[in-house]
This record gives sequence, C-alpha cells and structure tokens, in this order.
Amino acid sequence: MSEKVLIELTVNGVEHELVVEPRRTLVDALRHDLRLTGTHVGCEHGVCGACTVLVDGQPARACLMFAVQAEGREVRTVESLAEPDGTLSDLQQCFADNHGLQCGFCTPGFLMLAEGFLAEEPSPTREQVREVVSSNYCRCTGYQTIIDSISACAAQRCGGAAKEGAQ
Amino acid sequence: MTATASERTLRGGSWVGRSVQRREDPRLLTGSGRFLDDITLPGMLHAQFVRSTVAAGSVTALSLDAARAMRGVRGVFAARDLGLTGIIAGLDRPLTEFRPTEMPVLAQDRVRYVGEPLAIAVADDAYLVEDALELVEVEYEVGAAITSIPGALAEGAPLVHDEVPANTFLDVSMFDTEGVDQAFAEAAVVVDVQCSTGRQNALPIETRGALAYWDARDEQLIIYTCSQVPHQVRTVAARSLGLDERKIRVVVPDMGGGFGIKCVVGREEIAVAAAALRLKRPVKWIEDRRDALTASFLAREQHYDAKAAFDADGTLLALQADVLCDMGAYSCYPFTAGIEPLMASAEMPGVYQLPAYRVRGRAITSNKAPTAPYRGVSRPQYVMVIERLMERAARELGMDAVELRRRNLITVFPYTGINNITYDPGSYLESLNLCEQVLQDEGWYEYQAEAAQQGRHVGIGYSCFSERTGYGSAAFAARKMDVVPGFDISEIKMDTSGTVVVTTGTLSHGQSHETTMAQIVADKLGLDINQVKIVQGDTDRITYGFGSFASRSITIGGSAVSLAAVKLGDKLLEIAAHLLDTHIDNVRLGEGRVELVDEPGTGLDYRAIAEVAHLRAQLLPKGVEPGLAATASFDVNGDGTFSNATHGAVVELHPGTGKVEILRYYCVEDCGVAINPKVVDGQARGGIAQGIAGALFEEVTYDANGQPLVASFIDYRVPTACEIPDVGISHLETPCLFTESGAKGAGEGGTIGAPAAVLNAVNDGLRHTGVELNDTPIHPHVVAAALATATATAREDSPA
Ligand code: FES
Ligand code: FES
Repeated sequence: MSEKVLIELTVNGVEHELVVEPRRTLVDALRHDLRLTGTHVGCEHGVCGACTVLVDGQPARACLMFAVQAEGREVRTVESLAEPDGTLSDLQQCFADNHGLQCGFCTPGFLMLAEGFLAEEPSPTREQVREVVSSNYCRCTGYQTIIDSISACAAQRCGGAAKEGAQ
Repeated sequence: MTATASERTLRGGSWVGRSVQRREDPRLLTGSGRFLDDITLPGMLHAQFVRSTVAAGSVTALSLDAARAMRGVRGVFAARDLGLTGIIAGLDRPLTEFRPTEMPVLAQDRVRYVGEPLAIAVADDAYLVEDALELVEVEYEVGAAITSIPGALAEGAPLVHDEVPANTFLDVSMFDTEGVDQAFAEAAVVVDVQCSTGRQNALPIETRGALAYWDARDEQLIIYTCSQVPHQVRTVAARSLGLDERKIRVVVPDMGGGFGIKCVVGREEIAVAAAALRLKRPVKWIEDRRDALTASFLAREQHYDAKAAFDADGTLLALQADVLCDMGAYSCYPFTAGIEPLMASAEMPGVYQLPAYRVRGRAITSNKAPTAPYRGVSRPQYVMVIERLMERAARELGMDAVELRRRNLITVFPYTGINNITYDPGSYLESLNLCEQVLQDEGWYEYQAEAAQQGRHVGIGYSCFSERTGYGSAAFAARKMDVVPGFDISEIKMDTSGTVVVTTGTLSHGQSHETTMAQIVADKLGLDINQVKIVQGDTDRITYGFGSFASRSITIGGSAVSLAAVKLGDKLLEIAAHLLDTHIDNVRLGEGRVELVDEPGTGLDYRAIAEVAHLRAQLLPKGVEPGLAATASFDVNGDGTFSNATHGAVVELHPGTGKVEILRYYCVEDCGVAINPKVVDGQARGGIAQGIAGALFEEVTYDANGQPLVASFIDYRVPTACEIPDVGISHLETPCLFTESGAKGAGEGGTIGAPAAVLNAVNDGLRHTGVELNDTPIHPHVVAAALATATATAREDSPA
C-alpha cells in the first residue's frame, strides 16, 4: 500500500501538487496534507456529512472520495467562503444571526451543503431546505436553526422575496 | 468596605439578558476553529487500540510481534509493557452498598466487553497504524456474557467482576419513609408501570481523542484531549503514570460536543500519554466512529418497576420504585456506576408533592461497554415513569391527566420534599397551564378530534419536570462521592489596556461560554464583551475546576466569574478614589471607567487606573498590591437550584408503517434569568432533539454473546432534520436565589422532558387500542402492531 502517486489538486482556486497513497481519502488530503482543517471528519463512512465539500460545485462527502479522484476537478472547502479579510459570507452571517451552530463541528459540512444547494435552487421552500439539511447530522442544534439560517440566506439573496415559485 | 462598595456601585447592566451574537461563531464558521484533530506537531505519531473482540473471557495469547515488526510502526504496547495504575472511582459507602472496581488502562488477562482496549499501537501515519492492527492476533478463552439485567441478577450468573457479588455495583435503598404501606392499603387507586429505556450513545459528532507529548523545556507532559473535565484527567493521568500533577498540563481545544460522555476520564487518554512518554514523540489518537459506537462510553439503559397510590381526588399519596441501571463493564471516573441509580433515587419525586416514598436503586454490571453520564442522567427515565403513572391514574380515576397533574404539582416554595431536598421557587403550575393553553390556542385538540373522525391516530402528551442544576459540594457530598465536584474558581486580570482576561473552570463544548460568561463580566465591570476574554480548558492557566456537566457552567462557573469581576471592580474603585483624591463612597463603576458620583462624566478610565497599577505602582494607595487581579470561588448553598419546564407533543401514528410523526412540539421553560436567551433556546432545542432520539430512534443493542449490533450509522438511527420538528418555546423567569446572576442551569431540560412527552402522546394516540407502551425507543413495528390489532378488533366488533 505504500506506492504513492503524484496528483494535482485545485482547492479553493489554488493548485497544489501532492504525493499520496491511492487510498488516501480526499478529506485526509485536505486536512492533513494541505492543512485546510476546516473540513471535519465525523464518521468516515459517508453518513454524517461533516466532511462535505464542493466538488465541481456539487456537495460531496470528502470521506468517500479518494484524493486521486479529485484530480482535475474544482474542490471548494469552508475556507473559501469568507472574504480574505475575514468578513463572513452572507451564508455564514446567516448562521451567526440565527444561532445555526453550537459546537461548530458539523458546521462546515452544513455550510458547504447549503452553498451547493442554494447555487442550484436559489429560492427553496422551507421544506426543501429541511430535506436537504437532512443529509447531514448535527447533534447540538436540533436542526431548526440550521434550516432558519439557510432559509434566511436564500430569502436575502432573492431580495427578501417570498419563497413562492419554488419547486 | 468592599462588599458595600460593590453593592452600591454596580451598574444595572446591559449585556445579560440579550441575545448577543456568539463570539465563537466567526472562527467556527470560517473553519478557523481548532479542534483536536486539527493539531499537528513535528514528529507526531498516530495511535489506535487493539480491542477485544469478545465480550467476556480471558486472553490466552496476544501476539504483537508481527505488528511491531511492520515498517513505520514505532511501538505496540500491551498492559505489561506500560505497567500503569488502573482507574478507580469511589463512593464513601460501605461494601454492602457499593463495590469499587478498577478499570485497568489496558486490559491484561481478562476482558469484559467487546471493544475493551488490550494494546495501543503507534505508527508514523494514521493509515499505517490500522494496517498494523490487522497483524495483531489475540486468542481468548471465551466466557459466558452478561447482556441483560435479568441475566446479571439470575441465580448463579457468572460474575463480570469477581469482587462484585450478584453483578451489583451499587444497591442502595435511599428512602423508605413512614406511611408507604398504609397509603397503598388505603388508596382509592393504585397504578403501576414497568418502564425500560434502551442503551443510547450520546454521540458527539466529534469523537473522542487525545494528543500527548513531553515538553522538555517545561518538563511537562502535555495532553490535548476532548474532555469536559481537564483537571480530573490530570489527576488520573498523574496517578496512573506516577507523576506529580504539576508535571502534567491538560489542554482542551475547541470541542465538537460532549453531552456528558466526555465528562469521565477515558482509559485511552492515559494510554496515549504513556505511549508518548515511552516513544518520546507526540502521539495522537482520534477515535474512529466504529469505536465511538461500540467501545466508547454509552448511556441510559434502565429499567423501572414503579407504583403509585392516589386518593379518589387524584392526590398522590405514595410512590414506590425499584430502579435498575445497566452500567456496563466498569465504573466511570469520577462519578462511579452509582451515578444513575443515586440520581434517580434522590430526585424521582420531581415536581409533585409526595407524602410517602420508598425506593431502591441498583447499578448492575454487564459485559457491555461502560456507561457515563449523558445529558439528563436518569431524569429522562424517571420523569417518563412518573408521567406514565400520572396518566394511568388519571385514566383510572376518569380525570383529565393535566388536571390531575395540577392537583399534585408543588406550588408553594421553597418546598422541602420527602426526599429531603429543598426546591427553590419555580413555575411548575404556570408552565403546565401555559403549555396546555398554547396547544389549545393552536387548535390541536380540535385537530385531534377531527383526525379521530377520519380514523387517524393523533395523540397529545405532556411532561412536567424540574431539573436540578448547579449541584454544589453539599449536594454531591450527600451522594457520598469521593470526588465532590461542587465549586468553581475564577480569576480575573486587567491588563494595562484596561481590558480583562477571565478564567473559568467550566468548559464549553458548544454552550457558548465565551459569549455568556463575557456578558456577565461585561455587566459587572462596565466593559464591552469584546474587552473580555474568557479562558477555559487549560489546567496550567486555570487554578482548578470541574469542567462542564450537570448544567453547572452558568450556575456555578458563571457565579464564580461574576464574583471575581466584582472583586476586581472593588479594587478599581479603591485605586481610583485615591487617585481622584475623593472618598470611596463618591466613586462608581461606569462605562469603562470609574466615575465621580457627585460629578458624573468625570473620572478615570480603566486604562489610566491599570497603568498606575502596573507601571507606576508608587502612586497606589498605601497597602494596595500592585497589579489588577482577583480570584473568587463559588459553591452553591443548599440543595442547588431547580429549572423547570413543561413539554407538550402532538404526534400522529401511521398505520402500516408504525411511524410516529411529531406534528407539534412545544416547550415552556424556566431557567431563571437567561443570560443569553438565544443560547438558552439553542440548548432547549438541541436537548429536545436528543430526547426525541431516545424516545423514537436510537438504541445500542447486543446479541446474546455480547457482540454489539450497532457499529456504524447504518445500524444506529440518528434522527435528521426530517425527524426532528421545529420546537416552539416560551420562557418564564423565576430568578434563582442561589446564583449570582439569578440563572438556573439550562443544558439538560430538553433531553429530560422529551421522552415522557412523546411517550405520553403516543399512548394518547393509542388509547382506543387498549395497548400501552412504556419502553423506549418506541419501535415502529410495535406501534404498527398496536394499530393493526385495534383495527382488527374494531372490524370484528362492528356489526357485519
Ligand atoms: S465524515 Fe464523511 S460523511 Fe461523515
Ligand atoms: S453544532 Fe455541534 S454538531 Fe452541529
């Protein structure tokens, strides 16, 4: 298992060269090789969603992908959301405003899930948000404020417009 | 002088009571938090544990050589290699009541549960160490496993510990008051109930872990760990490793939840530290989810056999209960296996007036992973039992169950119960009335009636409870714990910029201490919360503390923080009065400054005072020490403080699938003064979600050989956003008399109230079936069967 391969990874718009074992998961490569520790690990078997990142814009479980599989694709992690000066993105700010996090361990996963989802469905109903949120676990919040946070962000982005018209 | 000065000069305060935004959020939202696994040190190695694959028996061979020989493996250590002292948690009780046992850091000859650690393997890389584990071979002589309470208590059952007769860690009959038998003999109605609750996993999303290394410069062993109780980890590590405590520093970084299972000392933390000392390299262990589900601390498995006597008016006359808790293979440190039965025995009467009480509580050992306190500790269970008894009595008496509760609730405070506990003022009746009113106003009773017309099964259920929080030393001493985690100490220091750093011995793992504690200090000193830094989770920076559990953070830690701030304020006043050449009575704390009472707007800002205190000490009044620091400790007087709440649930039961759908969940809670209402709401909602999880979904099961049947999230049903409803919350506020801020604990109520409310609602939905459910989790097939029987009976009964 010690044979290693050289790969190129583009994460948050920055290219990296990495030497990894083929079995190295994407989340380990992000966290431990690139030191982007914002993405978390909760189960390593694809259920909890703590490791969610965007791969070519789509939410993906970084514990279920090997780093080698991400070659040539655009990976975005939670570190990409805020402005370089630390100003929170609208989505992050909505989480802060709505107490959408407590311990914060699940939070990067929910943020990236929501980021990918809202890009595809900019004006979801609350029930749609709930359904999407149900793909990740949070043990602290009871989910309601996470749904509030994402719904609030969607409403803001749509100029505060009502959520009608959503499929 | 100081006491009166602080009373006279403290400002009204503008931070406490406001839902200010959390100061933790920016770092956590940007991925800049620092959790345990985010820490990497030069030369760091990775550890995992060789764990027993059998539940009971002895180890006949352990071959580690192949693993040791693997490239990249730096060490594999079994118990014999490390020679560590085991972990013993004690109670000051006679052997007839409690049997202390040792939990070895690594098991040597005997194993007692699947997942028990036998050896620690350390390698260059986290993948390699798992490869190494594959090369370890263990042979066992397998024994019969104890996997249930009846199995443990059966005549001639094998013993989990030779020194624990009848597999009973603890057997205490805490109360047997006068009049119990008479009350049962004379009662108009006697109801009984047998309730069982399943074994649960508290399941923080961040698993446990530790990272240890020897810091040669400080001559200290540094242990980073996900622990709610860093000082207690230090104590156990020191004893186990044979080091003085000063030679160990335990640091807790950001923590991804704990919920109680991280408030006991894990054997793995100690083994990691020992391996780091051996190898003279940093060693990190991050528990994987499989181990977290099978081999970590579990919780909750209890069985109750209870009965209650009522008179014809529905007045509760007596309660009798037999409480059995399956604590698993070992006693946890520092609480011991006694924690659950003792908690249940002491507090079971809850919010109701009770004239006569008899209780026996037992802690049973079994060949399952050990248990630890989990959010609520026994209260979710005994509240469920009492609330079932109330419902049953109401039915027998033909009374409304809410009305029956009203008749029995404690309404005059302070109230000293049959359990010798004095309850501080609460809003038991008001919360019940309000909760019922809300569900009425929202039309749920009409909805239920209409649904019944359509042949649907909608139920409404309540639970009333109080939650003892802020256990001081006296309360824990009454339990006869060896370690009495009552008080907390805070230190506050002002720097020359006029801003402060405050330590707390409590520890946030999601509860927002950096915000709420700062709100308290900001009010006491007239600072902005951003001028207050809260330090927690570092045994070198914090004098002593017991961490966070039992909702003690704001009640006890918050009070210590508050007192320290007041002391510092007094010193500021004294110095300022001197510098302003005025009398101490003529100064008061203002916004970031000390002001003259007779000339508002003039005074000295903190920076100026702090500069004198540190940089020009010659200007200080005679006898005043240079520097600006103060220390205070706080312990709750009396029996602690009681938050209370009523929960109401509306459920629909779906025939066929047996799904229990929660249509509405409402909570009326009273935790006294809410420091930050948004944070309190968050605690309630998170707790309710975990309570619903216990009521409807989660259960750790074992087969007859003690093999865990839950090893991944495929087997363990964790509720998601689709199963957890939105929760409506109303707040009542009965300030606490015993804490500095008037706050009562708010961490656990949600978890305590939810199982009973959901169970009562389900039974209300089943009332026409004649089936009554008293066990959690409520399995869908049980609900489906009940509904199917009812439909079949109805069909038979209906004229053809
Ligand atoms: S860590 Fe990837 S889904 Fe849980
Ligand atoms: S905020 Fe703690 S797990 Fe979600």
